[in-house]
Amino acid sequence: MRTINGRAWRYGANIDTDQLAPIGSYQGTGDLGDGALNCLRDMDPNFSKSVVEGDVFVATDNMGIGSSRETAPLFLRTLGIRAVVAHSFARIFYRNCFNIGLPALVCPEANEIAMSDELEIDPLTGEINNKTQGKVYHCQPIPEHLMSIVDAGGLMPFLEQKLKKAS
Amino acid sequence: MGQTLAEKIIAKAAGVDHVTPGEIVTCKVDLAMMHDSAGPRSAGKNLDKLGVPIWDLDKLVVITDHYINDDNPSHQEIQKHAQSWSADHDIKHFIKEQGICHIVLPEGGHVKPGMFIVGGDSHSVTGGAFGTFMVGVGATEMTGVLATGEIWARVPETVRIDVTGALTPGVSAKDVILKLCGDYGIMGFNYQAIEYSGDAVSAMSVEERMTLANMAAELGGKAGYCEPDQKTADALTGWGAKDIDIETWRSDADATYAKTVTIDGNALTPHVAAPSSPENSTPIAEHKGTKLDQAYLGACTGAKLDDLRMAAAVLKGRKIKEGFKFMISPSSLAMAEKAKADGTMKIIEDAGGIILPMGCSGCIGIGPSRLEEDTVGISSTNRNFVGRAGPKSSKLFLGSPYTVAASALTGEITDPREFL
Repeated sequence: MRTINGRAWRYGANIDTDQLAPIGSYQGTGDLGDGALNCLRDMDPNFSKSVVEGDVFVATDNMGIGSSRETAPLFLRTLGIRAVVAHSFARIFYRNCFNIGLPALVCPEANEIAMSDELEIDPLTGEINNKTQGKVYHCQPIPEHLMSIVDAGGLMPFLEQKLKKAS
Repeated sequence: MGQTLAEKIIAKAAGVDHVTPGEIVTCKVDLAMMHDSAGPRSAGKNLDKLGVPIWDLDKLVVITDHYINDDNPSHQEIQKHAQSWSADHDIKHFIKEQGICHIVLPEGGHVKPGMFIVGGDSHSVTGGAFGTFMVGVGATEMTGVLATGEIWARVPETVRIDVTGALTPGVSAKDVILKLCGDYGIMGFNYQAIEYSGDAVSAMSVEERMTLANMAAELGGKAGYCEPDQKTADALTGWGAKDIDIETWRSDADATYAKTVTIDGNALTPHVAAPSSPENSTPIAEHKGTKLDQAYLGACTGAKLDDLRMAAAVLKGRKIKEGFKFMISPSSLAMAEKAKADGTMKIIEDAGGIILPMGCSGCIGIGPSRLEEDTVGISSTNRNFVGRAGPKSSKLFLGSPYTVAASALTGEITDPREFL
């Protein structure tokens, strides 16, 4: 997995799935469409308009609390977010991130990161270089059992490979 | 060394004798449940991309409950797709518009103690009320289960919550769980399994235990469960489940718990959670008299038969405040039928309650109970995050069915014990 270079979008604790993917933002049965533009609409209407490819979502405690809806991390990924960094994660959101190929990194120093800091992240080592502040943070390594899913790029490509091998 | 019920079920699903918290295991799933929101249109379509069959059609239940009973074309498209996908895949257990998935899954006779169950919804933990280990998962995770029948799990630590004594009149399971949310916060037991025990839990009906298990999600719990007993067996047998084993599926006396929390059931008072998180929960006295615009009794958490009866106990022979909006959406059709048969619904309607179509919609801000701009509501549901039940400017309190009904009588947050 490649190094991620981008700006930090820094928020606080308990960013819930009703904020990330408000009800009704995925309509019908087709693709996600413009649903991602609703991401954080009540909390920071600027976010979905200004986030760019390669940016990083940074939060503190209990990131992604709430529903099992996978649109929460999918919207972040669709908008260009390439990693989510937080003190701690709600468990379904954490698994959903890896399943859709978006690394979720547990970083005890996430609160030191400021909005718009330029970050360089190596998801494999868990090292975050905060280029704006000239600091380096060390995230907890991605759990070993998740590495095969990370290597494949998410659970779908992982399953494709696994089922191909089995047949 | 002894094991908790959570550990025993995980060990069985992983095909080993013993598991230890922190260990990563691959579990065989006994039952999978998915609904119209994250099921056919998400997990189902993913499965079709993989081009493999469902691992075991006997072990999958598909339920429509989220986008039902309205004329929104997008919602109707979801329903049409859920039905055609289920028909195309020969789904044996397709339950159409019978109630909320967490209720109709046990009502359908699918749940038994000792099962390792996954559900495509965060409140799937409700199934733990029957001595199962049931976890919520996202759509891609569900795809993996549909394709392989397996899922990885990190064995959680177990926390024991002992509710001692007896709850007093007007105090219910909802107040127990709201107190826990207030005391420990919405990540208080993150990643942990929560075992509810104690005399007050033993005295609860299975429906009240469902309320406890349901809101394990609001404590960060991976699962929430009660050890099964004769009440569990009777309820499940009544719903058509067979071969219920309540002896095996218990925690060992020498099991290890990460923590034991004791709540004095005798002293517990009604609680409400203020906007906009379940963890903003306090004894009702702190918010007594707060003016409200509407009240809602609904969802998997708060409109089961017992919940409807609690509301009726408060409403009997009384009228809700003039002009106040009090809406009720029963958790399942079967429970609504029973409530009609025993006169509960008549009491609620005579008091001025408006019965809405059944389903998840009111809890997620869809339909007539959606809060309007700048209004304040109280509901018996499980979440009150900003934007969940209405626009950003609306505010939602959470309370028990007793509290919601009492507040509908006065138009302000009201201690239900005044009416019991």
